[in-house]
Amino acid sequence: MATKGIVTGIVSNLVTVKVDGPVGENELCHINLGGTMLLAEVIKVTGDLASVQVFESTRGLKNGDEVTFLGRMLEASLGPGLLSGVYDGLQNDLTTMQGVFLKRGEYTEPLDHTKLWDFRPLASAGDTVHAADWLGEVTEDWLPHKIMVPFSFQGDYTVVSLAAPGQYNIDKTIAVLRDEDGVEHNVTMCQRWPVKVAVKGYREKPRPSRIMETGVRIIDTFNPIAEGGTGFIPGPFGCGKTVLQHAIAKQGEADIVVMAACGERANEVVEIFTEYPELIDPHTGRKLMERTVIICNTSNMPVAAREASVYTAMTICEYYRAMGYRCLLLADSTSRWAQALREMSNRMEELPGQDAFPVDLSAIISNFYARAGQVVLNNGKTGAVTFIGTVSPAGGNLKEPVTESTKKAARCFYALEQNRADQKRYPAVNPVESYSKYLEYPEIQRTLEETVERGWIAKVLEAKNLVRRGKEMAEQINILGDDGVPMSYHEAFWKSELIDFAFLQQDAFDAIDSVCPMDRQKYMLDLILDICRRNFDFDDYEKCRAYFKEMINILKQMNYSEFKSEGFDNYNTSLTQLLSEHGN
Amino acid sequence: MATKAYQRIYTKLQAITKATVSLNATGVANDELALVGGRLAQVVKTKGERITMQVFSGTEGIPTNAEVSFFGEPPTLKVSEQLSGRFFNAYGKPIDGGPEVEGEVREAGGPSVNPYKRRQPSQLIPTGIAGIDLNNTLVSGQKIPFFADPDQPYNQVMADVAMRADVDKIILGGMGLSNDDYLFFKHTFESAGALDRIVSFVNTTEEPPVERLLIPDMALTAAEYFAVDKNEKVLVLLTDMTLYADALSIVSNRMDQIPSKDSMPGSLYSDLAKIYEKAVQLPDGGSITIIAVTTLNDGDITHAIPDNTGYITEGQIFLRADSDSGCVIVDPFRSLSRLKQLVQGKKTREDHSQVMNAGVRLYADAQNAKTKQQNGFDLSDYDLRCLDYAKDYAKELLSIDVNITIEEMLDTAWRLFAKYFTPAETGIKQSFIDKYWKA
Repeated sequence: MATKGIVTGIVSNLVTVKVDGPVGENELCHINLGGTMLLAEVIKVTGDLASVQVFESTRGLKNGDEVTFLGRMLEASLGPGLLSGVYDGLQNDLTTMQGVFLKRGEYTEPLDHTKLWDFRPLASAGDTVHAADWLGEVTEDWLPHKIMVPFSFQGDYTVVSLAAPGQYNIDKTIAVLRDEDGVEHNVTMCQRWPVKVAVKGYREKPRPSRIMETGVRIIDTFNPIAEGGTGFIPGPFGCGKTVLQHAIAKQGEADIVVMAACGERANEVVEIFTEYPELIDPHTGRKLMERTVIICNTSNMPVAAREASVYTAMTICEYYRAMGYRCLLLADSTSRWAQALREMSNRMEELPGQDAFPVDLSAIISNFYARAGQVVLNNGKTGAVTFIGTVSPAGGNLKEPVTESTKKAARCFYALEQNRADQKRYPAVNPVESYSKYLEYPEIQRTLEETVERGWIAKVLEAKNLVRRGKEMAEQINILGDDGVPMSYHEAFWKSELIDFAFLQQDAFDAIDSVCPMDRQKYMLDLILDICRRNFDFDDYEKCRAYFKEMINILKQMNYSEFKSEGFDNYNTSLTQLLSEHGN
Repeated sequence: MATKAYQRIYTKLQAITKATVSLNATGVANDELALVGGRLAQVVKTKGERITMQVFSGTEGIPTNAEVSFFGEPPTLKVSEQLSGRFFNAYGKPIDGGPEVEGEVREAGGPSVNPYKRRQPSQLIPTGIAGIDLNNTLVSGQKIPFFADPDQPYNQVMADVAMRADVDKIILGGMGLSNDDYLFFKHTFESAGALDRIVSFVNTTEEPPVERLLIPDMALTAAEYFAVDKNEKVLVLLTDMTLYADALSIVSNRMDQIPSKDSMPGSLYSDLAKIYEKAVQLPDGGSITIIAVTTLNDGDITHAIPDNTGYITEGQIFLRADSDSGCVIVDPFRSLSRLKQLVQGKKTREDHSQVMNAGVRLYADAQNAKTKQQNGFDLSDYDLRCLDYAKDYAKELLSIDVNITIEEMLDTAWRLFAKYFTPAETGIKQSFIDKYWKA
């Protein structure tokens, strides 16, 4: 019999429930508000009092209202039909909801139970299988979607029977498996998994070995993120965090992109589902929406479901990873999730950590980042979840708990800087302070040297060093004045400006410049490094400035032109001409 | 909000603070309204029988034996066309001497729009102010605050924008408005002959601060009526959201909550987001655009209130006095309209976004030159040209006194570029240079 309870206290969305039986941590319950069932999750138990966070507004709730516990944790429904979906944090399908306004207690099915899928078996009767092994597949839109042994199955199973090829809905039994005790289990095309638990069922999790191309030069060349890697983008508001994140979502080299809009603006989500059905994936030529899943819990939606939204998104990524796909998860913003944790911790009157955040914040964040990664599946194939989170530091100050905790967990750091944004130097990623740990991985270095060119890492480091040096020179020039420094300082400064304007800056709203494939990045870096390696010997810093500005202008025009088109080549010729007038 | 006959009256308060009272009662719902000694209060916490309420007008003079009666419902507003042209207080009661409004009772602070049912904002809201239209174009369905020090003329600029905007209804939510500013708005609306398309909810500095907490919900409930039911384009003006946030901190403080940054409640982000996210472009043509004011302390945008606001809103318009040109300008560095690319070059001329970026970048170069000058260094020829350009740019485009069309703004910018720079120095795409450069 299900445990029941009654409401005994309410502070905003934290409700205290007196229970009449056993309850589990993170168990779900329904609170009956005049016939409307509000979903809530147990977050603390003291004696017979359970503290639950309600995923809806508690307006109108009274002490004495009835509560029914559901005996399960928050779960995601996993099966064919997730692609192109628009879900809320609890995986309710937002597209099938009635009316303009969200109604409390209205829950919709994440998957279509009537749609028929063309099933093809991949295993055969008598096979020994384990959790996450592939039993069959259906074609989801364009993607061969594997039907797997449910992740919750532990130990060895024997395939008793498999459905014949044919059209089935997701509730139809497509396999019967026998466990080690001889008990038979029916398997359908849909399984459920508790979102807060990491999906296992792979052979190993090796170190990442190749980069995930994004078409953004300051990432791919300067601070590449690995497939199966982790990165984060902290930045004050107005620094282009969202634009950069959307650029990665549009251009990232991944099979599946899951976007978790966690406590952010609703219009940003609208932008995705308005534009993505029209935009083309540069890697496959298909519509972007066809590879995208949106989980949205915008800032005005119930706070408690923010936490659920990032976990639901991660679980969906892990599900597709188990099919051997490369998934990219983007969460905007993990700070809102941390704030949701803070609100609850505060209402439960826990002793606060720094800035009133809960003391286990750091552990929660690093556990979450640890779910990303490249894996080798039981059948030897590989899959990956790459995770990039944004962080919204209060006051733009990176010395705050969420940024600091994330810095310990993520391997790439893309620091957005107010100063660069003020000067409209977009993307406003600080080229000196940002880093990618993956550049130091021998595995990554090896693949880069093979796929891009031998000596590539040395070139990247050379360019980085030129930028760093230019920054130092700029400081000297500012202190001592244009006349107070040797000409070589001006030259070094302008070389770094050249790299900044012609390579690091990129126009996310220009159809051509926004996507820069790796071969084009290599071409441009070679061109720019060739300029930077020359000595120009100017006798006047004014001339130096004018000369470099002209070069920058030509290089920018090249960035705006189709790669190796006539226009591009013409600019290239004028650049060569300009170079022949000066320097050696 | 008439009292009902069967209501139970309580007469024993267990605790009183400056903003809240607690008593033992049963059958009370969360968020429900009550009268405490004749003053409006709202349930914010229940623990067993102990009910805690925030008293909107403050608890001064409330005795422990004050009469308490519960309404059985959260705050509501009666909505109909009769709202037009009227002035109300925070409770939705007329303050203009007119009759009570008849209409359908709507819950204030109701549910959110399903994000999937929203449409992408795409209609330009021209204001005539180049600092806004050229550099930070506004779009209907957007939410954007003015960030300004208290001495900036933000209410005047906001009134100008409202009067020039092409909308069906304007709804003013005044929080802690000085009596002078209240009369200023009233006078502006009246003299523009625009009174019939304006609804005002006003809490002045003379009234208790906690009452302000009701203003945004009331204003937005009225806005949703016109936008959702009547498919109208509604512009909501909220001034001053800093005073609203201060009222939030008073209540949370009295409830012994642990404060986060700058003594603000930990839920400040969610509290503000609930208001601002009411801005929406609806599928049937109606829209709610929110222009708010967040006053700053000495330009400090890292304070929790502007900081959280900036993360929620779609940009901000930053006003500051510019000593070089002697005008109040829209700061091109700190101001931002996140939705501008939805209309720039689409609803405006193709060169809009490149001209905007070039103009601001050259202005940034002028700021660098100014720093050099202040440090006593010799200025280069380029520096000097930048400085001259900056003066013209501030006066002719950034100043809030400008009132021209967007086409004129673009032409002005091209004229200034040609006056001071070479085409290469602007860094604009060659095809636009060929077409628009005013040699």
